[in-house]
Amino acid sequence: MSKHHISTSINGESREFLCETRQTLLDVLRDELGMIGSKEGCSSGDCGACSVEVDGRLVCSCLVLGVEVDGKEISTIEGMADGENLHPLQTKFLEHAALQCGVCTPGFLVAAKSLLDRNPNPTETEVRYWLAGNLCRCTGYDKIVRAVMDAADEMRSAS
Amino acid sequence: MDTKVKQSQGKLKWVGTRQVRPDGVDKVTGRARFGADYSLPGMLVGKVLRSPHAHARIISIDKSKAEALDGVKAVVSGEDFPDIAKEEAFIGEGPINFRYMAHNMMARDKALYDGHAVAAVAATSEEIAQKALALIDVQYEVLPHVIDVRDAMKPDAPILHDDLFTEGVTPEPTRASNIAKQVEFGRGDPDAGFAKADVIVERDYSTQPVHQAYIEPHATLASVDEEGKCQVWASSQGHFMVRAYCAKLLGLDLANIKVTPTEIGGGFGGKTLVYIEPVALLLSRRCSRPVKIVMDREEVFRSTGPAPGSHSTVKIGATKDGKIVAGYAEMRLQAGAYPGSQIGPAGMTAFAPYEIEDVKAVGIDVVVNRPKVAAYRAPGAPLAEFPVESAIDELADKLGMDPIEFRLKNAVKEGTQSCYGPVFQKIGFIETLEAVKNHDHYQTKLGPNQGRGVASGFWFNIGGESTATVNVNEDGSVVLIVGSPDIGGSRASLALMCAETLGIDYKQVRPLIGDTDAIGYTFLTGGSRVTFATGLAAIEAAKNCIDDLRKRAAILWDIDVSNVEWRDGVAHPVDAYSDEHEPMTLKQLAAQSAKTGGPITGHIALNAEGAGPGFGSHVCDVEVDPETGRVEILRYTAVQDAGRAIHPSYVEGQIQGGVAQGIGWALNEEYIYNAEGRLDNPGFLDYRVPVCSDLPMIDTVIVEVENPNHPYGVRGVGEVPIVPPLAAVANAIEAATGKRLADLPMSPPKVLAAIDE
Amino acid sequence: MNYQSPETVDDAVAALSAAGAAGRVLAGGTDLLVQMRSGRRSPEHIVDVKNIPEMRSVTMTADGFRIGAAVAGAELGEQAQVIAEWPGVVEAFELIGSTQIQGRATLGGNLCNGSPAADSVPAMIAAGTIAVIAGPGGRREVPVEEIMTAPGQTSLGDGELVVEFMLPRRAPLSGDAYLRFIPRTEMDIAVVGAGVNLTVDSAGVCQSARVGLGAVAPTPLLVADAAAALVGSTLDDDALNKAAAAASAACNPINDKRGTVEYRVKVAGVLTRRAAKIAYDRARAHA
Repeated sequence: MSKHHISTSINGESREFLCETRQTLLDVLRDELGMIGSKEGCSSGDCGACSVEVDGRLVCSCLVLGVEVDGKEISTIEGMADGENLHPLQTKFLEHAALQCGVCTPGFLVAAKSLLDRNPNPTETEVRYWLAGNLCRCTGYDKIVRAVMDAADEMRSAS
Repeated sequence: MDTKVKQSQGKLKWVGTRQVRPDGVDKVTGRARFGADYSLPGMLVGKVLRSPHAHARIISIDKSKAEALDGVKAVVSGEDFPDIAKEEAFIGEGPINFRYMAHNMMARDKALYDGHAVAAVAATSEEIAQKALALIDVQYEVLPHVIDVRDAMKPDAPILHDDLFTEGVTPEPTRASNIAKQVEFGRGDPDAGFAKADVIVERDYSTQPVHQAYIEPHATLASVDEEGKCQVWASSQGHFMVRAYCAKLLGLDLANIKVTPTEIGGGFGGKTLVYIEPVALLLSRRCSRPVKIVMDREEVFRSTGPAPGSHSTVKIGATKDGKIVAGYAEMRLQAGAYPGSQIGPAGMTAFAPYEIEDVKAVGIDVVVNRPKVAAYRAPGAPLAEFPVESAIDELADKLGMDPIEFRLKNAVKEGTQSCYGPVFQKIGFIETLEAVKNHDHYQTKLGPNQGRGVASGFWFNIGGESTATVNVNEDGSVVLIVGSPDIGGSRASLALMCAETLGIDYKQVRPLIGDTDAIGYTFLTGGSRVTFATGLAAIEAAKNCIDDLRKRAAILWDIDVSNVEWRDGVAHPVDAYSDEHEPMTLKQLAAQSAKTGGPITGHIALNAEGAGPGFGSHVCDVEVDPETGRVEILRYTAVQDAGRAIHPSYVEGQIQGGVAQGIGWALNEEYIYNAEGRLDNPGFLDYRVPVCSDLPMIDTVIVEVENPNHPYGVRGVGEVPIVPPLAAVANAIEAATGKRLADLPMSPPKVLAAIDE
Repeated sequence: MNYQSPETVDDAVAALSAAGAAGRVLAGGTDLLVQMRSGRRSPEHIVDVKNIPEMRSVTMTADGFRIGAAVAGAELGEQAQVIAEWPGVVEAFELIGSTQIQGRATLGGNLCNGSPAADSVPAMIAAGTIAVIAGPGGRREVPVEEIMTAPGQTSLGDGELVVEFMLPRRAPLSGDAYLRFIPRTEMDIAVVGAGVNLTVDSAGVCQSARVGLGAVAPTPLLVADAAAALVGSTLDDDALNKAAAAASAACNPINDKRGTVEYRVKVAGVLTRRAAKIAYDRARAHA
């Protein structure tokens, strides 16, 4: 059957693509649009490496069909930095060494940003539960949680 | 030429500081390219057909229907790969037999586990590749299977390999069995030792296989041209390893294969082997188009190597005054479908932290119908040290001694002969125990249903072959080329040591991981070797570069090179000439390099020896829900001797990551096989690795007892931290409930059953 | 495989009716996409119901709440009045999966996927939730406990779908709670789930109660015996232990990768007792 023609906005930019019904948003981002920052770790919504926001909601892009995002706004890791300026979360991840292999990092950053957009002053417990759907096998989460708390702190003092 | 390098007085400038990693921005912006992120024009999708049976004879494979499907470009199975003779090699962290590796990569006459590769296709799309897999007609004769080690050792067990006769036992067996090998380590006479003991504890223990569970599934892209030149992009712990194994398993000339390392999304030992790389190469060769194979998560669990499971019997005896006088361990390890579990390291590490006169550790390698095991962080040590550290706790309790004091009384130190043979050089085990004893964590009070456990751990750490090149750019910046894939920040630690040695700014050093054609042979990233061995190479290459720089200054000053000294990044004429010439910086020398002989460089290829053994001691507090058996980790402190922490944040990160993996091993991770021998939990939903909300902050204390065999005192740090948590958690649960759990994982049903006993 | 995205319930019913057995509703997709990938379900016609306003809204009247079947967990979690009146139902829904899953997963999907371990279902059963079903024959209202018939199966007929759920307004001196047991703190499927909704009088004596259990039988259960053990008591230890025993007795679980029969039976009692206590405290606070 013919492909679907989808018009969407990705990181504030209008994008169009063709996709088959079976293709997930993650497939579309990676294979059709060349946006490889979202990673495929499980394809079952259990690892969070493919986290993106659709209309401001944090989702696993492996559990969204490409055809579903017609007319929607999508945010990915590629849109997180503002031009030459890294987002405070990105800076804090680097300062705290909150990544080792780095493959889960885009998903964690997108998820953490989604948290801080809603809750600028989360407790450690709130951070840990919000990020429970993002698996990291390298860090034991310690430095990730510290980086998120520190970024929240910095963003609060900046605003 | 003897290198004249003087370090600044006092503190080092870069080593020991927490700099941003050179590859950091790429990894927080999504730019970094991992295995699945590489593509080539005309690329095909490769997919692997896997056995649904735990044990089956492959009667026939009919590929014709799949080959006839439009869009299918190649179909291969075992018959398309060369037959490989049995050839043993001890590479990395475990023994390798190339015949077994070849058959594990692609089954030949028998499929030996659920998930075993039996055929593969290359097609123009994922969908067509999937359809093609369904069209491959494999006729199986299903055979009885065996999953559990103890069952596999029984005389009437289904036999996996008709030609497998137990090695290391007398008399030599006359019939095939699933017991591949038996090894022994130790010294003295354990029976005599136990006769001297006032208190003896003895118990059976078991651990389950656990997967490394890196977040990035295996991925590779291979391209073979019409001339037979092969290129491979692979996410692995060693691209030279990939090159060597591809050449071996495909019967190719190594010289015709170039392997480019991609970023690697976690390995932990599990990416020290090849599974799909030779398959992608063969498919590509068949159709002269690039082929990419990316495993899905289910394939990762069903077909790649977990750490072995084990059943052990451990017995330890001590005198009333707290001296361990005898130890005995028999460990039966589950190798998976092919021989080669880590019985050697298990036997050597079991009693390694303690000085015991009469001690014996036996390791038995047993094949079962499961995926072949692979290295996993201190391979063999966690399953060997868990029973011993549990027994030590039990002994201390019986003797009425504090568990730290008991360990201190028996701890190995410099000059002690280890239970596995060598005499320890300078080591920091006692320092880690003292640090635990003095830590406030060890003193705090606990509430009801809470308990505290301690445990220690040991790993050898290794050195090995590394190559490094330092190229000075014309602006005085430096490119450091190495051959070690960076799995957790090693670019940063190598650049720090290079900058420290050269005496230049860390940010002036750009580290690069060269492909197999661009840098000399470098052994894989494993054994906690990179910061030590490749670090040594980076330092030595920098020193050779300094020698070159001194030569250039000598030419410009027209004095003998012996009169040029390198200090803090600057060439100085020695005293006699100090009035005649202004010191020259690296930048100034670089700017004039054309006049003094061309580009400035330093290079080294070495085989590093003297890796310093690593020790860690951990404290863990838990709370146990007495009605559900759920265990919560309340607080965790890990102390480790790092020799010297080059980049303290990444040393802490290694410790924290190892602890988290150890906690997962202790509490919830396991493989669940159904009655047909099929894996029932091949995904992150039911293979339960710790999630963020499961863990507290993991406090670390880095002890620095310098390794005398490294200029900055480095010891490997990556592997030790996974060893203590298994017993630390078990000991804490015992303290909270009064019940000793000896079977991992200590999942809620098991804990509750123990409480309700 | 084709995809339709109707904007009215009638169009969705028409699409599903036309598709017959090859059709499948796509709400949050957090189960369906996983099942499609693994080959467990291979629908030919996907009917996405997220563009139907009626199924995406939460409305409150004097009589009660109407919660669209395609409202995502994260959306319900922002409905302050529903949270205030039905904390147990909202908590149960919010326990499903990660933050990412919450961005997609729906109450209707959680129910119609047919898993005996669905977290929201025992809480909805305890709350006395009514599902509004639309189909070729019009609309009908069915108690939630009558929807699932077996693992993976529901009582919905051809072309039918759940449009919304009706919850009454919270009565004074009543409260609800849901607890589940999982090995980790997040990301697992319930080994046991227990929802309790009860009403007390001014003296703290339980006047009425409903107890729902999940993951302990082929379908979620409404356990009348456990509820009866609570009624007439002030939830003293004796009553709680009786309720726990009744909950355990109602279990008919299996051994699987997530738990054993013995473990589930025991923990069902434990969670019933604990959830009842929380519901009781909430009821007394809700004067």
